[in-house]
Amino acid sequence: MDILSFLVDGLLIGFVYGIAAMGLTLIWGVMNVINLAHGPIIALGMFGVYLLFENLGLNPYLNLVLVAAAGLVLGMLIYVIAIHRVIDAPHLSTLLATFAVNMIIIGLGTAAFSTSPRNVDFSLGTITLGPVNILGTRLVAALAALLVTGALYLFLYRTTPGKYIRAVANNRMAAELMGIPSARVLALSFGLGTMLAAIAGGLVATFFPFTILSGGTYELKSFVIGVLGGLGNPLGALVGGLLLGTLEGVIPFFMETTWVPVIEFVLFVVILLVRPTGLFGGE
Amino acid sequence: MDSTSETTETTDTTFREDQARDEQVPVLARTGRWRNPGLWLTLLTIFLIGLWPVITDSAATREVIFTMLLSVVLASSLNIILGYTGYVSFGHVVFFGLGGYVGLYLMIVHNASLWLAMIAGGLAAALLAFLLGKAILRLRGGYFALATIGVNEAMRAFINNFEPFGGPIGLSLNFQTYSDYGGATSALWLTFYLLVALTLITIFMSYVVKTSKFGLGLMAIREDEDAAEIMGVTTPNAKTWAYVLSAILPGIVGVLFFFKNGNIEPPDAFRLHFSIEFIVMVMLGGQGTVLGPVLGAIGYQRLRGFLLTNALFKNIQLSVAGALLLVIILFIPAGAVGWLRQRFTRLRRFLP
Amino acid sequence: MTVLLQVEGVSKRFGGLQALADVTFDLPEGQILGLIGPNGAGKTTLFNCINGVYEPNQGRITFRGEDITGRKTYDVAHMGLARTHQIVRPLNELTVRENVMVGACFGRESHGLGTAHQIAEEVLAFVGLGDRIDQLAENLNVAQKKRLEMARSLAAQPYLLLLDEVLAGLNPSEIAQMVETVRAIRDTGVTIIMIEHVMHAVMNVSDRMIVLDYGRQIAEGTPEEVANNEQVIEAYLGDPKLAQRLMEED
Repeated sequence: MDILSFLVDGLLIGFVYGIAAMGLTLIWGVMNVINLAHGPIIALGMFGVYLLFENLGLNPYLNLVLVAAAGLVLGMLIYVIAIHRVIDAPHLSTLLATFAVNMIIIGLGTAAFSTSPRNVDFSLGTITLGPVNILGTRLVAALAALLVTGALYLFLYRTTPGKYIRAVANNRMAAELMGIPSARVLALSFGLGTMLAAIAGGLVATFFPFTILSGGTYELKSFVIGVLGGLGNPLGALVGGLLLGTLEGVIPFFMETTWVPVIEFVLFVVILLVRPTGLFGGE
Repeated sequence: MDSTSETTETTDTTFREDQARDEQVPVLARTGRWRNPGLWLTLLTIFLIGLWPVITDSAATREVIFTMLLSVVLASSLNIILGYTGYVSFGHVVFFGLGGYVGLYLMIVHNASLWLAMIAGGLAAALLAFLLGKAILRLRGGYFALATIGVNEAMRAFINNFEPFGGPIGLSLNFQTYSDYGGATSALWLTFYLLVALTLITIFMSYVVKTSKFGLGLMAIREDEDAAEIMGVTTPNAKTWAYVLSAILPGIVGVLFFFKNGNIEPPDAFRLHFSIEFIVMVMLGGQGTVLGPVLGAIGYQRLRGFLLTNALFKNIQLSVAGALLLVIILFIPAGAVGWLRQRFTRLRRFLP
Repeated sequence: MTVLLQVEGVSKRFGGLQALADVTFDLPEGQILGLIGPNGAGKTTLFNCINGVYEPNQGRITFRGEDITGRKTYDVAHMGLARTHQIVRPLNELTVRENVMVGACFGRESHGLGTAHQIAEEVLAFVGLGDRIDQLAENLNVAQKKRLEMARSLAAQPYLLLLDEVLAGLNPSEIAQMVETVRAIRDTGVTIIMIEHVMHAVMNVSDRMIVLDYGRQIAEGTPEEVANNEQVIEAYLGDPKLAQRLMEED
């Protein structure tokens, strides 16, 4: 493939990065919690789509809906069990609580699925648009990502629960004083965040082979994107995802792929230092 | 000064109960900074633990204790920036890895002695902490934590590409090098003795920091950084020094570990997972105390050993550790030593 | 009388809000200056500009002859300026003694732990917290925490002490005690600026007063002058006869 195809490929994958980052950034924005279980949940999304596809023969994009629902429920459960008690404690507590959940999921997942790679054997062929070759899975994933983003925005801005979420994100105490059941809203927000993670995972499963540990890479990317786009800013996350995806697609043309993580992380630290509110402003 | 007692009589009676319950033995008791029984008991215990493999002349025990003491050093040093200063570092292992790389590089490429390598490793780690500190200690809370992850990952990715350090293949020590130290077995015992000594030094340093004016400043930063600044604590310098101090010993023991290991590769040197484990150890034992990280490290390693060898738990060792961490965070955030100090106020002098 | 603090034309804006506009005054050594005004008038903002939490957009602040405009809070603390906060900020997990020792160790004189220990005992006895000296700061009630803040500030042996609503939330007898304490502090040679809403107290203890309203200085003078000032009455006090009653009280 030529550089243009790489660029487009990266851009389309970037949409999925964006969804993953959105999941992280939504939780951060609403309740100031950095979800360190983000990676394993992405991996669970991968496995969800895989298992439903392998065992029930369902079209991956259809069973993504089921995976998304499961992601939502799982997130709410995690919030209620592990996070609610320490939501107002210093940062370290929620960081460690979510990390503990991370360890629990990875441990159980490794026991259940071992570390051998899995693959969703599903191809949509290649489409050629002029000089560019695009994989079908990439295109559909990007479209799915746009759909999900649109749905998220509709939910946040046109429904009552969405409004509650935005209120709590803005000022939790004031929202409580106005009678908004903040605990339930927080649980829902967390669930939405994990749902997005699961969706991202499911989409990635249609791209590459994976193991239970694969989520980690995407979690780190989500951090980088989140900081790039502004922690707490979902649209910024999407744009950040596109940026990162494109960068990843293009960099291999100019240097060894092994340098990509170096660039990513240096960028990450630099942005944290220079503009912690991200390129587009967060929170 | 009694005018409050008329209107607040109930406060007075409960005050006496309060006093009994809450009376603290000052951490910074001036009469006997060096006479703290807890400190000497801890040092003695570590010494005895270190003596055990020597007495039994058991290489297997020595290995177990080596891992344990390594964890004690890393957890105690992390405690300086995490427990005393309140800055959560998820990238502590970067000092361990960098020290190891610098030390091994000097030994392999420049024929340096182990001693020189250890000093260089410690200095390299300290320098990294100093430079980093200036940059990222400006960040607060979660942002700082994320930055430390970023630094660790950047370092790993960078060294993966850095040819002088062997790139992805890493560095390997020529087996002949061990003969300079009396042969492989001798060398292994030597590294063990050195580690015992370094562990004692680490614990001592932790105590010295905690009972010093510098340590008081750090704890003020932990409690309320802005208020501390207003009271005159020069926070940028204090934090940077805390970070540097937390980096030196990991740098030195990194050299020891990888010398013993014979080789070093990027994923081994900068394993994010280790950083997390050190945090668990500090939390488990009791952050902000001298004894906490020591107990936490020992306890965690014992637990890990048990889980790994137990058929039932082997596969889900990580999950059990995670569940343990979660329980601690949710219900006993002060950790074992912290909880004991709260519960048994009379014992505080023994639990520094 | 040497001038300890000079505030010249200090202005501070936050986005569209002008929090302080051209505040100017001199503070002689040994004086108690009362700073009053409605809520949101900019009193705490002024304190924040003086001790370095904020940097003024315009103007200059001179302390003991040195320009401290925009200097870091810890530098200003080392020069001998201490403050308390409207919403108390105790170092929770440290004991009362340790809290005060921080003030002594990092204040004007960089004392060692031993001296700081002694200073802490003296200062805590002075403010009346001697019997709680080894308790955790978080276990104190609000009034005690306020006294702790004062003790912490005093332990730094400042030349200038900024008190931000030390009387808030106290009952009448506690207020009387605190006013005595403030006088006693001044008698040891410390210059004081007090932000207060408890009118009778601040008017009685202040040598001079400044009134802020919407960031502007609308009056300056002795308590009597200020109490009878029409602008002040309209903006803040509300009742012309109040002035008289306030001066008569106590």
